[in-house]
Amino acid sequence: MHRDDLMAAHTHAPLAAGPAGPLRVGIGGPVGGGKTALVAALCRALRDELSLAVVTNDIYTEEDAEFLRRHGVLPDDRIRAVRTGCCPHTAIRDDITANLDAVEALEARHNPDLVLVESGGDNLTATFSYGLVHAQIFVLDVAGGDKVPRKGGPGVTRSDLLVINKIDLAPLVGADLEVMRVDAEKVREGRPTVLVSLREQPDAAPIVEWITAQVRARRA
Amino acid sequence: MLPEFVTRRKRGSGYVPAVLSSGLLLLADSRTPSGGHGHSGGVEALVDRGLIRTVDDLALFLSGRLLAGGAVPASAASAACALASSAPDWSRWDAAVSARTPSAALRAASRAQGSALLRTVALAWPGPDVAALRALSHVHHPLVLGVAAASAGATPTDAAVLALHHLIGGACSAGVRLLGLDPLAVAAAAVAAGRHAEPVAASSADAALLAVAADDPALLPADGSPLHDVLAQLHDTSEATLFAS
Repeated sequence: MHRDDLMAAHTHAPLAAGPAGPLRVGIGGPVGGGKTALVAALCRALRDELSLAVVTNDIYTEEDAEFLRRHGVLPDDRIRAVRTGCCPHTAIRDDITANLDAVEALEARHNPDLVLVESGGDNLTATFSYGLVHAQIFVLDVAGGDKVPRKGGPGVTRSDLLVINKIDLAPLVGADLEVMRVDAEKVREGRPTVLVSLREQPDAAPIVEWITAQVRARRA
Repeated sequence: MLPEFVTRRKRGSGYVPAVLSSGLLLLADSRTPSGGHGHSGGVEALVDRGLIRTVDDLALFLSGRLLAGGAVPASAASAACALASSAPDWSRWDAAVSARTPSAALRAASRAQGSALLRTVALAWPGPDVAALRALSHVHHPLVLGVAAASAGATPTDAAVLALHHLIGGACSAGVRLLGLDPLAVAAAAVAAGRHAEPVAASSADAALLAVAADDPALLPADGSPLHDVLAQLHDTSEATLFAS
């Protein structure tokens, strides 16, 4: 943690202020769905063409940040960990101040094109405040059960991109991918859903494509 | 000469609370965005070492914290409340809080929460008093709380009570989350701790007003407890922690 930098960045420009500044994308979803794997994949895919920074909110403080560093996806000083006091949803939704400090410190230091804010694993109701991010991705996995999209909840229904990960496991866990896709479509009012196996498609191509379009739209 | 609202309350013979306002209730509410949910007030370090296990342990910890350390945030908030509209040199008062917070980790925690609360307060009370704090590169939490309290119509004693209320609330909430303590029993312990806090708030406000009258931040109380500071440093460098402090 670079605490002094966190402290220094306390002037808060509301996100709605205008198109200036990087795109901030939140990545949320239940534990074990593949959020960190997705962040790593996005960093590997985009780091050569975009300036990137990542804030992690893993419940065990630096666990996700360590994962990202260990895999060498980004230089150390472009990754920050926020400790959420057992309440990952609070830190991304109700009291976003610690994440704002972290994001703004990264922005001040690196002037990135894209900041990814990874939530700690939580439940289907945990979504990002649009005071913190411009867009959010919700990551589910097939092994969590094919009824999850039908259950809905704000992550499934309102996220800007729904990622259903680990489709390679579908036959092993008896999950019907078509049911998941149709159920998601029903509640998402046209917002996109991607079915993927990040293990088998480590380039995360459809998600990279979506996020690149978001970055482009913000610059336009 | 101190403004009338600074002096109108009778202190030392029981705390007379301010008339409740929505602003004061907001400042007392832990749901108000202020970064507090990520801080345990020293509880996590004690839980990790088996030194807090029960509601009774938590209550004992709180009574100790209030007496040996409560005066620093309480008097700083109180002084800031009294000074809010007089455009003081905030850096002197901020430095006084730093000097009374020997643990670097706790200074960082106080500034992180000051910065967090200031984000909310600057939107809620967008006047020159709050704006003056934003001129600093960082500011300790009690000063932001005190200035916000003044903006919400509080007296310096109210500001001291608020500071101690948050000290109690943060620790209690962490106890519930880390140990699964009965939240109803913890709420009762928080109320009891609040009663212990009243004389601390009153004496802290008295001391703060002397410091303000003398324009001398060095007169602020400097109580502390070495264990709290040492554990905060150990916590800061420990690997698997859920709270920032």
